[in-house]
Amino acid sequence: MINQQLSGKEMFLPKSEIQSLIDLLRNDGFTVVGPTIDQEAIVYNEIASVDELPRGWTDRQEPGKYRLQKRGDDACFGFVVGPHSWKKYLFPPLTTVASAEKTEAGWQARTPEPDSTRFAFLGVRACELAAIGIQDRVFTEGTYVDPVYAARRRNAFIIAVNCTQAAPTCFCSSMNTGPRCTSGYDLALTELEDGFVIESGSKEGESLVAGLATQDLTSAQITKADSVRQQAVDQQTRHLDTEGIRDVLLTNLSHTRWEEIGDRCLGCTNCTMVCPTCFCSSVEEVADLSGETVERQRHWDSCFNLSFSYMSHGTTRDRISHRYRQWLTHKLASWHDQFDTSGCVGCGRCITWCPVGIDLTEEVAAIRGDGSASATGGAT
Amino acid sequence: MRTVACPSQVVDPWLAHTVRIVSITDEVEGVATYHLEFADADTADSYSFLPGQFNMLYLPGVGEAAISISSDPSAQGTLDHTVRIAGNVTGELARTDVGSTFGLRGPFGSSWPIDDCAGGDVVIVTGGIGLAPLRPAIYEFLNRKSEFGHITLLYGARNPFGMLYTSEYDDWQLRGLNVNTTVDRSSQAWQGNVGVVTQLLDRMPVPDPKKTSVLCCGPEVMMWYTARSALGRRIPKDRIWVSLERNMNCAIGLCGHCQFGPTFVCKDGPVIRYDRVASLLKVEGF
Amino acid sequence: MSTSAGKPKLGVFKFASCDGCQLSLLDAEDHLLDVLGLVDVTYFLEATSHIEDGPYDVALVEGSITTPHDQERIQDIRRQSSFLITIGACATAGGIQALRNWADCDDFIRTVYASPEYISSLATSTAIADHVQVDFELRGCPINQYQLIEVIQSLVAGRKPRTRTHSVCMDCKQRGNVCITVATGEPCLGPVTQSGCGAICPTYNRGCYGCYGPAKQIHAQSLTDHLIGEGAAPAHVVQLLRNFNSGAEPFRDESNRVEALT
Repeated sequence: MINQQLSGKEMFLPKSEIQSLIDLLRNDGFTVVGPTIDQEAIVYNEIASVDELPRGWTDRQEPGKYRLQKRGDDACFGFVVGPHSWKKYLFPPLTTVASAEKTEAGWQARTPEPDSTRFAFLGVRACELAAIGIQDRVFTEGTYVDPVYAARRRNAFIIAVNCTQAAPTCFCSSMNTGPRCTSGYDLALTELEDGFVIESGSKEGESLVAGLATQDLTSAQITKADSVRQQAVDQQTRHLDTEGIRDVLLTNLSHTRWEEIGDRCLGCTNCTMVCPTCFCSSVEEVADLSGETVERQRHWDSCFNLSFSYMSHGTTRDRISHRYRQWLTHKLASWHDQFDTSGCVGCGRCITWCPVGIDLTEEVAAIRGDGSASATGGAT
Repeated sequence: MRTVACPSQVVDPWLAHTVRIVSITDEVEGVATYHLEFADADTADSYSFLPGQFNMLYLPGVGEAAISISSDPSAQGTLDHTVRIAGNVTGELARTDVGSTFGLRGPFGSSWPIDDCAGGDVVIVTGGIGLAPLRPAIYEFLNRKSEFGHITLLYGARNPFGMLYTSEYDDWQLRGLNVNTTVDRSSQAWQGNVGVVTQLLDRMPVPDPKKTSVLCCGPEVMMWYTARSALGRRIPKDRIWVSLERNMNCAIGLCGHCQFGPTFVCKDGPVIRYDRVASLLKVEGF
Repeated sequence: MSTSAGKPKLGVFKFASCDGCQLSLLDAEDHLLDVLGLVDVTYFLEATSHIEDGPYDVALVEGSITTPHDQERIQDIRRQSSFLITIGACATAGGIQALRNWADCDDFIRTVYASPEYISSLATSTAIADHVQVDFELRGCPINQYQLIEVIQSLVAGRKPRTRTHSVCMDCKQRGNVCITVATGEPCLGPVTQSGCGAICPTYNRGCYGCYGPAKQIHAQSLTDHLIGEGAAPAHVVQLLRNFNSGAEPFRDESNRVEALT
């Protein structure tokens, strides 16, 4: 459990000890998930060895473009965020929420046993901690608790990593979600050349550290850690003006910009799929051919799909412009009413992974009518 | 690691209860009322709902549909749903016979503000199938008649054959409900009003508008005109309630389909105070 | 859907096509007998020489219209069928053979055949819907057998078939695929193509060819402008759009627009 009384002491963890960390978690029954290179990108997959980390690689990102690049060193976490987010583990893309069977006494419904997988996430960035915090509110802190998310989340062990660089698509500083990891983790790492600064955020984290060969930090290491973390702040060029953003958007629902975006937007759902907070889904019936055993399968869905707002007497949002407006106003405006937070963490995934490079910071600036952000960044 | 709070949730919200069709009442063309009972006695005992709430009716292999509950919340007996054939689920329901079983999740959503209406007059404005979610409110008002002033139902239908629950109107009148109907298109036998239902609101006496409540269910444009008419009669905008409709998939505020600005229609609605959605009601495609 | 005789009568008809979509039905192996148990197959030359006369409750039509004879035949099938479903890219958009619509068909005939005078062919390959009313379209090259089973099951049950209309991208992301256009620059039609294949090509590191045709309400120009802006050759983009669904209006019109730029 996070936020218990902790020593708060930062230690030095030699680079070789990362493997020990993975081993301890695996021996403890955790499925360790971390960044690894696959399909020309850094994605999250199950890992067993430190060699699977993208050592010596980084990513170059801009709207609609992502490229892997060699670094000059062998940093394990020397990149930003890729197309995957941790939601694929906590809120799986496809899951069974219920089933039904035809018996002699009629239809009987059943719900599955909670998933007992224990995930350990290695390499969670500050913006991603914020995203998990937001999905916690959505799935576990409202009137109804989602049993699938709750079971996986309850068991998850989080090892955060402080960013030491920023992509041109990053704007976590604008959203107040990073780049420094401040809460919501069991352990947090800051990568230095020969190892890590490690700090605990929970009792579980603390006891895990006790099993590692840590050393006391030198003052040079403390200074270095501060400076690499500051680098991630200094490198951020993209900016989203959040001042009064809820009212700006909700009072501009008829702005001509929506139609302009609607002509560029493909309605392809990529932004919502890569977004670490988007939570929309649909449940579908999957029956065997006899029709007597039925699974209710929940899959990720998107407000960009025409069918998403379908009703028998008409589709509510029947233009792409309506659907882009729904997404943006929900993410940045009505999310505040619903969950007392923005739905955006400034990770920039929707900008990088939009196949035509639509940039929400630019769209918001255009709706504000101040032109304070541009496609190349425009920090103010 | 994190402790996940589960405050009020004792059962999995995805779990459907088995219900059985006790009887079916054909109402009007394409509309029937399904009288249901729970297969499990404990569920039957513990189940209760408020006027305006809905259930998810689940036909395995076909899907779920959000259907308002239209029976009397304080009466023992069957749980009634008045359904219009509109899609796959309701179409399948129409082919389902008495004695068949299917699933039900609920009740979900907000309810009509019966208590807030106490001490004043009540005007119920609706049309067509929109009377179904208001029938439990009518029962509740009549069960507690002494707490309210004049209670009026303004009900419109396309034609005289499109009106629901007509056999109950005499009883409602006797118990103190002023039933006022109108049709879009008249027929020879029809002696009543012709025209849109908001005209009835424009014409009726509203002696104490500040204490008058309006409960409205219908298409969004109809609710907008009803609200405009009510405001014209100096009824305050925070005394007007509407029942919204959106695509509902999960009914528990987790799937995102039913959003209407800040409102999750499934859990913040379907009944919502007009002033909370007024600015969004006429935004095209929102 | 049912008839007085009990099971609905099903006919499977072929026009200009490769037979692959009909084979999808036969390929359904595990489910084939169950599916065929739901209907009475009265015309299906690919599967059986036993044929019965119409009318048919459900007609599955594969292939495009490319000859004067087929023009008449499809009218006859429509007259005899209560519910007509086109299966596959040929039937719904003209197929790969619709590339002839940009060429001189007589020229092809003269080149290929020793005695071209025996060949009776139309100058174009067109979709079934260009000739008769179509009740439901099943997309794909070839179609997805599970979608076909769903359609047959739904019709028998009296439901509207549920086939998804979202883009290939959504399937791709749910499989955990990395977007190949964004990560490598390779052009992919996934964002403007309808789901159905399960994102097979991007899963094997190939751009989507648009086998399932245009998704609903697409802005193809936004994608092509971006691809060309990122360095894709316009001629390559034209080729991408002119594949199995070149005859589908959004792909056809956009390919013409891009071609005019070159």
